Amino acid sequence: MKKVFVAGDNMITSLGFTTNENIINLKDNIIGLKILDDHNLTPVPVPLSLIDPLALEYHFIKVLKDTSSDLSPEGFTKLEKMFLVSIHDAIKNIMMDLKGKKSLLILSTTKGNIELLEKENKKHFDPKRLYLWEMAEVIRKAMGFFNPPLIVSNACVSGVLGIGVGYRYLKSGNYDHAVVCGGDILSQFVISGFQSFQSLSPEPCRPYDISRNGLSLGEACGTIVLTSDSAAVEGQRVIIEGTSTSNDANHISGPSRTGEELALAIRSSLKEAHLQPSDIGYISAHGTATPFNDEMEAKAFSIAGLKHVPLNSFKGYWGHTLGAAGVIESVAAIHSMKKDILFKSAGYSNPGVPEDINVITKNKKNIFDHLVKTASGFGGCNASIIFGKS
Amino acid sequence: MELALYITNWCKITNQAVILKNKKETFEENFTNFAAFIKNLYKKEQVNYPKFYKMDNLSKLGFLSAEMLLRNSGVLNKYGSEEIGVVVTNSSSSLDTDYDYQELIRDKSNYFPSPSVFVYTLPNILIGEICIRHRIKGENAFFVSEKFDPEHLGLYVTHLFDQGKITACICGWIEVFKENYHSVLFTVEKIEEKVEDRDYNAGSLFNVDNIYKLYKN
Repeated sequence: MKKVFVAGDNMITSLGFTTNENIINLKDNIIGLKILDDHNLTPVPVPLSLIDPLALEYHFIKVLKDTSSDLSPEGFTKLEKMFLVSIHDAIKNIMMDLKGKKSLLILSTTKGNIELLEKENKKHFDPKRLYLWEMAEVIRKAMGFFNPPLIVSNACVSGVLGIGVGYRYLKSGNYDHAVVCGGDILSQFVISGFQSFQSLSPEPCRPYDISRNGLSLGEACGTIVLTSDSAAVEGQRVIIEGTSTSNDANHISGPSRTGEELALAIRSSLKEAHLQPSDIGYISAHGTATPFNDEMEAKAFSIAGLKHVPLNSFKGYWGHTLGAAGVIESVAAIHSMKKDILFKSAGYSNPGVPEDINVITKNKKNIFDHLVKTASGFGGCNASIIFGKS
Repeated sequence: MELALYITNWCKITNQAVILKNKKETFEENFTNFAAFIKNLYKKEQVNYPKFYKMDNLSKLGFLSAEMLLRNSGVLNKYGSEEIGVVVTNSSSSLDTDYDYQELIRDKSNYFPSPSVFVYTLPNILIGEICIRHRIKGENAFFVSEKFDPEHLGLYVTHLFDQGKITACICGWIEVFKENYHSVLFTVEKIEEKVEDRDYNAGSLFNVDNIYKLYKN
């Protein structure tokens, strides 16, 4: 079995269009969630973390110039533009054949181009673009990838699972490289759905806090480049050490009451990584700030022997970004490990979960060698992945 | 003793017919639509699970496929709930229900419709339904591809076995979009290899050709 290295990344959120911009803003604890009163998106004002459309246009035109294609910006949906800008930035300085026969493109998304269902968007694009494979093909073609893309659509664990799928294919030698990209945007469809569950917080979300009152939504896109060619990776090498998914087998729209199943996924990842819970220096948790989710996670970390490990949720900065979440949060966590810094868990001040977990209350320096990233979602799914220094 | 991955059972539902490993059932009645067909199948199979009526069409098809696949298979008794994986693929994700949901929110007076419709706008909910029904807690994955992709399904499930994640798997293709439906679900287990199966295409070894044949025929 081959080792799988992280060779590059990008993240596009309300905090920036590159990993570097995002990390600088995280260091300053800048919150990207803004209360928005836009009747096109929501009838009642709620905090959202949105991508600046003008900045996206600017970055996208640069991508089109670089790819020297005859494509025009009008031919792409907002999400497709985000995918292309993110992939382009992540791979631009990597001197490997990332688009050839030995490379796999993996796209993670929950809803793809779902906003094309809205009447006013229908006229601009062929309804075929609602199919995730058609969207993926548009992206593949524009970037020039050889192989047909793989598409993961597994609710809010899509991002972590996408990275895990790439890891399995590279570990077994099917491919030498994988470009894993997760993205979702906000639309009436998505926002109204979460509102129907009454799960949106009226203020920016506060994961693990006693006064948390629901989640906040965001749109984002992130890319992580994986390779089994260690020679091509510069600087501090980070590898994937293990990953797993599980199902609660309890409820399609509510988390496990015990947290045992998320703990199961974490334990299975640790086993694959040949690590003990005491080897883990940091958890980048899911932390949506719904009362039940955060409670479930706290129980799971306790069962998995990770109760005392420093932990944060990035959702307090850029909200729950659905299919992008697992990718952008993994990228942020990897850079935490590389730069020896743990970021404050935004929105948290007072403990509000049953177990005494170690939520990070302010940025601090911390040198560690292994981290766990987790995610959970509708359908009872859980995922965990372990990154480590090599 | 060599162990190999075998398709130990299967259930295929398409064109108003149910094809199981050992039998084929067709309906004489001609159903006007998929909803009527799947409801009839549910009654005919005498499954007592009232939650079935709340499911969307995609979950109904996945649920009944799993029900008939697992009924006489022994997989649930032989393996721990944490060792069984569920890997499902399809073409249109949850678009069938997505269209219905968008219709609901077009009516601004009903902007926040019942969450019970919204939750089915994710394709992996059907995996959740199967896991709840059969108490399965192992690996989950939902993939989308234009056409059935036996190569990827075969590789991914094989990796889950080889990399120590599962000892049995329920996997396949569950597709519903309006009146078009097609499902094929397999149980895959690692069992003692028969000498006569060493020939790549013999028996029901879990390989690309056999997976595709069961999907197609």
